[in-house]
Amino acid sequence: MARHVVAAVGEIPPGGRKLVTIRGREIGVFNLDGEFYALVNRCPHQGAALCTGVVVSRLEASLPGEYRLSQPGTMLRCPWHCWEFDIRTGQSWCDPNDIKARTYAVTVEPGEALAKGPFAAETVGVAVEHDYVVLTL
Amino acid sequence: MIPAGAIDCDLHPAVPNTRALLPYLDLYWREHVLRRGMERDNLEASAFPPAAPINARPDWQPETGLPGSSLPEMQAHLLNRLRPRAAICNVIHGAQMMMSEDLSAALCRAINNWLVAEWLDREPRLRASIVVPVHSPELAAEEIERRATDPRFIQVLLLAMTEMPLGRRMMWPVYRAAEKHGLPIGIHAGSSFRHPPSAGGWGSFYLEDYVSYAQGFAAALNSLLAEGVFQKFPDLRVVLIESGVTWLPASMWRINKTWRGVRAEVPWLDRLPSDILRERVRLTAQPFDAPPDAAALATLLEQLGSDDMLLFATDYPHWHYDGDEALPPGLPAALMQKILVDNPLATYPRLAMAATPMQEAHR
Ligand code: FES
Repeated sequence: MARHVVAAVGEIPPGGRKLVTIRGREIGVFNLDGEFYALVNRCPHQGAALCTGVVVSRLEASLPGEYRLSQPGTMLRCPWHCWEFDIRTGQSWCDPNDIKARTYAVTVEPGEALAKGPFAAETVGVAVEHDYVVLTL
Repeated sequence: MIPAGAIDCDLHPAVPNTRALLPYLDLYWREHVLRRGMERDNLEASAFPPAAPINARPDWQPETGLPGSSLPEMQAHLLNRLRPRAAICNVIHGAQMMMSEDLSAALCRAINNWLVAEWLDREPRLRASIVVPVHSPELAAEEIERRATDPRFIQVLLLAMTEMPLGRRMMWPVYRAAEKHGLPIGIHAGSSFRHPPSAGGWGSFYLEDYVSYAQGFAAALNSLLAEGVFQKFPDLRVVLIESGVTWLPASMWRINKTWRGVRAEVPWLDRLPSDILRERVRLTAQPFDAPPDAAALATLLEQLGSDDMLLFATDYPHWHYDGDEALPPGLPAALMQKILVDNPLATYPRLAMAATPMQEAHR
């Protein structure tokens, strides 16, 4: 396991995402209202580039015709067959316990702390005055 | 061999002719029928040519009149042979599907009156489905309210293929009334022929017409699921009658698969459609369309995925089997017991009620 600096916080605005490659693995890093999450860019269904899908809300209805838009911006819709995944947990909407996209732990850390290492910063240069998204893999 | 004490979930008494309904019609409608000469017509819902083999088993063919039109014959052919503890009468008749909603309702009401007087009052083992004007949900709901006081009516009868898909909100008054009174919705094979039985257009032959009926059932289930009927009416059960059985697993796989991708369109459908179907839908086991061998049958039952779904039915007097072998061979004994007795009792709560009509306040 190593810690990887994958982005400066300012690089991924709320609602935004960044695709990175860590140790040969494509990963999508998402900013949900200031919280960062990371998911493998590979749909557990048939392998589509999941993290390039549209970010949507969780649409719910307790009864026909009673529509609720809950948790805007938390679901990722696979570009191939439109299965939906919770960006925070990787769980699919349709089968949350058995069909999940792999997730990775992400933290936000000040450049100052990172400057002390150890971490791997393949693509991101670290400046002590900024905050960074750090992914453990 | 079917043991005594089973519950036969599908028999078809036939209205012998329209004249037989005259005493059971309101005065207005009696005169209306006579003025139009409708009593000379038998208004039979004849999807098939009269001599089509499905209409009656040769040994259940009466000397005169329509198959299934005589109670003594039904008793001799079936009730006194198989000795069921209860048998559910499903009348299929042109009244259900007429264009005029009021005439349809009047005739359905007459049929229900006739069922009470000529069948239910004369044979204590019989129960019946309420015949309703399927294209007039408000009037259908009124008829359900009227009959619900008689515990011998245990189900509401619809057809698989009607003017519009069965799940549509327009139909909800029927489901609301049925749920309120503990009456499952029985969806019987058949069409009111507003549309061809095949979605591809009118077929030329009985063969294709009849086989296409399974598609009609699949469409009915898809509509009930997609429109959210099972969420809106959480206590409502649906019984597919004469639907065949073996088409269902593949249909469940297909809707499950598609649902995963487009479920946001129907957000109330919040779990696998097949789970909902297994919980809420039942099927009469005649016809079964059984696979050719026991191993395939075992696989099929596994795919169906629930022991609770199948209900015993003879489908008297239709011809699907010979002798008394009303169930496909090779069913495991424990499942047989469920099909013959336990599942019907669980499906039809009113079977457990005493068969005495409650005080009828507003006939
Ligand atoms: S590959 Fe993602 S839903 Fe099929």
